[in-house]
Amino acid sequence: MELWYTEQHTDNVRFSIKVDKPLYTDQSEFQRIDVFHSKEFGNFFTLDGLMMVTEKDEFIYHDMIVHVPMATNPEIKNVLVIGAGDGGTVRELTRYSTIEKIDMVEIDKMVVDVCREYFPQTACKFDDPRVQLYFEDGLKFVRSKENTYDLIIVDSTDPFGPGEGLFTKEFYGNCYKALKEDGILVNQHESPYYQEYAKSMQRAHKRIRELFPVCRVYQAHIPSYPSGHWLFGFASKTYDPLSDIDDKAWNSLGLKTKYYNTEIHKGCFALPNYVLELLVNAGE
Amino acid sequence: MHLLSQDKAPIYEALLKYKSMRVVPFDVPGHKQGKGNPELTEFLGEKCLSVDVNSMKPLDNLVHPVSVIKEAEELAADAFGAHHAFFMVNGATSGVQAMIMSVCKQGDKIIMPRNVHRSAINALIISGAIPAYVNPGVNKELGIPLGMSIDDVKKAIAENPDAKAIFINNPTYYGICSDLKTITELAHRHNMYVLVDEAHGSHFYFGANMPISAMAAGADMSAVSMHKTGGSLTQSSFLLKGDRLSTGHVRQTINLTQTTSGSYLLLSSLDISRRNLALGGKGIFEKASALANYAREEINKIGGYYAFSTELINGDSVYDFDHTKLSVHTREIGLAGIEVYDILRDEYGIQIELGDIGNILAIISVGDRAQALERLVSSLSEIKRLYIRDKSGMLDHEYINPEVVMAPQKAFYSDQHSIPIKDSTGYISGEFVMCYPPGIPILAPGERITEEIIDYIAYAKAKGSSLTGTEDMSIENIRVLEE
Repeated sequence: MELWYTEQHTDNVRFSIKVDKPLYTDQSEFQRIDVFHSKEFGNFFTLDGLMMVTEKDEFIYHDMIVHVPMATNPEIKNVLVIGAGDGGTVRELTRYSTIEKIDMVEIDKMVVDVCREYFPQTACKFDDPRVQLYFEDGLKFVRSKENTYDLIIVDSTDPFGPGEGLFTKEFYGNCYKALKEDGILVNQHESPYYQEYAKSMQRAHKRIRELFPVCRVYQAHIPSYPSGHWLFGFASKTYDPLSDIDDKAWNSLGLKTKYYNTEIHKGCFALPNYVLELLVNAGE
Repeated sequence: MHLLSQDKAPIYEALLKYKSMRVVPFDVPGHKQGKGNPELTEFLGEKCLSVDVNSMKPLDNLVHPVSVIKEAEELAADAFGAHHAFFMVNGATSGVQAMIMSVCKQGDKIIMPRNVHRSAINALIISGAIPAYVNPGVNKELGIPLGMSIDDVKKAIAENPDAKAIFINNPTYYGICSDLKTITELAHRHNMYVLVDEAHGSHFYFGANMPISAMAAGADMSAVSMHKTGGSLTQSSFLLKGDRLSTGHVRQTINLTQTTSGSYLLLSSLDISRRNLALGGKGIFEKASALANYAREEINKIGGYYAFSTELINGDSVYDFDHTKLSVHTREIGLAGIEVYDILRDEYGIQIELGDIGNILAIISVGDRAQALERLVSSLSEIKRLYIRDKSGMLDHEYINPEVVMAPQKAFYSDQHSIPIKDSTGYISGEFVMCYPPGIPILAPGERITEEIIDYIAYAKAKGSSLTGTEDMSIENIRVLEE
């Protein structure tokens, strides 16, 4: 018997991983959650059938969503993480002793529970005393906050299903309000490659650009995501990730990372021409 | 609870059977189950086109129902607690007109609040009935028209003892209900029929803790827009009837203006929605109520906005409130409702039901989700942060009591000429002017045009309201009566 997990990346493109054995399946209040074990990617989990995290390549995503803003402003103390139920983002953040407080807001408690059981590799720092978990709608949580955070990381699913509200103008506006005057917003920014993802990416970029004076996009290669070419958004009220990065300060922390380094930091903001064009035309 | 088995849906079932028989169509519609119009079939779906059929023996006939439509009507009547239910395919508008035309002949009087939907005044133009208007109460703070007070109704009855009927909104667009039961008793004591516009009240029949429905209050007829909050397709509605009127007479009246090609898409949507609400409506509207209450609480937390609710109840002109209507007063943040309505759509991708001078209204019904409401609340919070301004100079009312000079039909058919609205002070209007939505006339045929009304129209236009009603599509000119 052969068992394959297949994700439909477009109507005409499929991506499959041979499954060694299925580990878990259930329907939460918000979505269907599945966990599989595979020989190539180790454990991986999907939400409504879409790939979220694999043990093999999660380091790329989590390195890039955390260390880029942290190297830009080492003074970050208060962090809000939205989504990120697998725990990888929180794991990376807790490596900075300078961070005092991490609020994590995940709409679906079942995701966190499942990851605690099947992904000890990522879900290992939820119990750090600086971490406070909230199980509610991120859009609602951030609405009531004002001038509170140095960094907001939006580690969301795609903009359909429960993650929909986290790609909206009102959400980014609420984030702006929740950030301090030198605050940074980093978000999972979809992919430029396939059209449907590129549209989401453009919409998100347009909305963020309207609100934040500094608005940049950076990239990473994540093999298990559609096309592998993935983007992150970096928006802030003052800091520029290219001119404000302090290589020495970050390198002196001695953090061992598998993907991120300060040269990648400088290079990842250099984008292919077709992506630049998509970003310029995001308003149309 | 119900006498009949509400899990049946006879029209829907007959359509399924018809489909399974793979009948070869040599009748209308000419698209022949979609084959003749591939683009439309691609757009609406083959399933949809395959049941866009004409009346035939196995599917009954809306004009003269004897089989599956008759059964479906009986089930609907049972579900709504009515003596009879008619399936309507031209909106609650056709229901309102059928109600009035069933009980009023040329020259008969009908007592009604002036803040009715234009369909009611249209019915007066068609039938020649004469309105005896009861001016609704007005909430000064919100500027909105309320229900009819009992004293005003008594006075109207005393002044018009020969009136044939009393017409009532249950609820108004904003969710306000009059004391339907007392008004019904008063009317019946004076030998008048009670006709209810329940375009916005289909959920009253199924939800718990809702305002009383027309049929429960003993009213004689009610027009229910099933498509508004009940989940059926746009344009479909029910006309409900009590036992004081003859079913045959009402059907004859409906058939004066209703199409003889009733759409089976609309009919089956009514049938399926009735079944859905009869079986699960209580839970569905419990959820809708909880969502609306939650959103109200969150919106009021933002500050500046006022999402009003049952605290408006005053035992008379606000006898009850439909808490599924999420009405929000916006003037305190310096924005007209219509401005917030436009910003929500253009900037945030959120379409709400209506924005008027000082309020917006979001309809919460069978299809709503908590996450969508979070978006609405968060957007309102952002709109306040980004757009708040001084409120001075803003109009503070939605409604002006009109001076009625002559009956709508007489005015409509009088000799008229067109003049600029700005120069029309003192003339008698020959046409309607209204913001749509809500579709409640600012001016109706036969009413005196005043300076205040002209200012109101100019203000609504400047703020971005969609004005309708005049022959002049740009709403610059108005037809007035020759005097």
